[in-house]
Amino acid sequence: MTKRASDVSTSPPRRRSKYTVAPLVLIAANVVLFALFFVWPAVIGLVYSFTNYTGVGAFQFVGLDNYDNLFGDSAFFDALSRTLLYTVLFVPLNFALSLLIANLLVSRHAKGASVARIFFFIPWLLSPIVVGVLWRWLFGENFGLVNYVIEELGGSAVPWQSNADLSLMVVVVAASWAWTGFSMLLFIAAIKNVPVSYYEAASLDGAGPWRQFVSITLPSIAPTSFIVILLNTIHAMKEYPLFASLNNGGPGTSNNLLVQYIYQTGFDRGQIGYASAASFVLMLILMAVAIIQLIVNRRVENR
Amino acid sequence: MTTTDMPRPVDAEAGRAAPRKRPRGGRGGGLRRAVSATTLLWVLAALYGLPVLWFVLSSFKPAGDLFSVPLKLFPDNPTLSGYRTAWDSANFSQYFVNTAIVCVIATILTVGVSCCTGYALAKYDNKWLKVFFVGILATTMLPSEVMLAPQFLVVRDLGLYNSLAGIILPALLTATGCFMFRQFFLTVPDELIEAARIDGARELSIFLRIMVPISRPVMLTLAILSFQWRWNDYIWPLLMLNDPEKFTVQIGIQSLVGAQNINWSVLLGGSVISIIPLIIIFLVFQRYVMNADINAGLKD
Repeated sequence: MTKRASDVSTSPPRRRSKYTVAPLVLIAANVVLFALFFVWPAVIGLVYSFTNYTGVGAFQFVGLDNYDNLFGDSAFFDALSRTLLYTVLFVPLNFALSLLIANLLVSRHAKGASVARIFFFIPWLLSPIVVGVLWRWLFGENFGLVNYVIEELGGSAVPWQSNADLSLMVVVVAASWAWTGFSMLLFIAAIKNVPVSYYEAASLDGAGPWRQFVSITLPSIAPTSFIVILLNTIHAMKEYPLFASLNNGGPGTSNNLLVQYIYQTGFDRGQIGYASAASFVLMLILMAVAIIQLIVNRRVENR
Repeated sequence: MTTTDMPRPVDAEAGRAAPRKRPRGGRGGGLRRAVSATTLLWVLAALYGLPVLWFVLSSFKPAGDLFSVPLKLFPDNPTLSGYRTAWDSANFSQYFVNTAIVCVIATILTVGVSCCTGYALAKYDNKWLKVFFVGILATTMLPSEVMLAPQFLVVRDLGLYNSLAGIILPALLTATGCFMFRQFFLTVPDELIEAARIDGARELSIFLRIMVPISRPVMLTLAILSFQWRWNDYIWPLLMLNDPEKFTVQIGIQSLVGAQNINWSVLLGGSVISIIPLIIIFLVFQRYVMNADINAGLKD
């Protein structure tokens, strides 16, 4: 640092800005990783999306053909609309469940919260693959516990696997179950940060628990709600392993989501250029989601 | 997150074990609310626990009893045969070792690079750092699932295809990790660094001797998260690995599910084996996960 001392005397002594070597050394490893595994793939991905590259050999630029074909590809549209449907079902269900549970866990009235919390958290530890296996076991058409109970109660077996919509519902419930732990942690932290005096004042004014929840808790945790919705939306849009093990995108191809579509076109059929184009459409959707939510959030916070 | 100087004193200790013994209002309304809230909480807990319980208990059933009606919650003659087959003949022992190697190396390196980056972002001020900060933010918008094909080509061109390094290296840079450390180091007073500088300490030794030791809680939290991420990774190892000798546990399970006739006995055994390490780690380090302000890193 003795070398730096001379710089300091010449330049106006701005705080901290005199150090350049140390921070660059500290971030060097991550900068290299960032360049190799983020910038480079992003650039060649964009380039390949305008080519007919198959992963090996030469390729030609085909202009916007990939994007053109994509918009005429019914398999792509099916995957896209199924992904959106899944997201629209999963995000609110997970939001409601984890908010309810977080409230119960911080409530003074509920006993044994510290033990109960573990039950809600363990599903989050399981991998999507195991979650898929677990729910497949539970909702097996001929052997599952759920259909067994339904039949014992006098109902008839429900086609959890052979009906596309029911199959999607099972995945939605399984995903909400598995992701409650994470969303719940975020909500718990947020609810604990709401000043207790707000609740005291409200209860002096005669507000009941529901009223307090709607008028104090919900507005106070709005930034966290925003984060939970954003993270869960992104998570749902790129879901694949859970479907892979629960119903393998089936029955047939009815529950193929976008990432599975990209995977299959890119690696099973070797159309790297085409898959890259599909990737960029997914990326644009993710960015649009983030921007819309930022705008909504800002509007809510400025109200 | 709303930060207030007045956290609710009542719930401040909610993270601890043992039910809080506080004098409750002796009014009937309070009791009724306690009963209904506790009931609802435990009904939900039972609903959340039941799938796992059924799954684990089923894994102890002999293969022949798995589908025999009437289904029984508890196995009549519990056996470990499913586990044994999974471990030996389905090669889960090998998958287990591979996954453990990936997780341990990736976790150590992730914590290391995140700690360095987080410290630099929090305590230094120059325009390259700001640019890099935005770059890291961008990685959250473009997860690797979105760039599967190009990322695959890059890793292949680097000669890392079909090697464990090909799984580890692309996973090291995580925005969550960098932001967690940044958030933590922002709370460390600058005076600490100034004092060390006056004493003549060099920049990097301030970091190594003072900052690294005090960030231990964050390190543990990130280590647990990172271990869980890598343990549960599926799609990237699936792409990268070609040689069954190098498969990870998740690929092993999925290859059982993908078979024409699913061997449920082996599948249940293998799945339960794959859960065990994470459950142990979680139970041991519970408070580092539960009390961690994970969103501190995500919302800034």
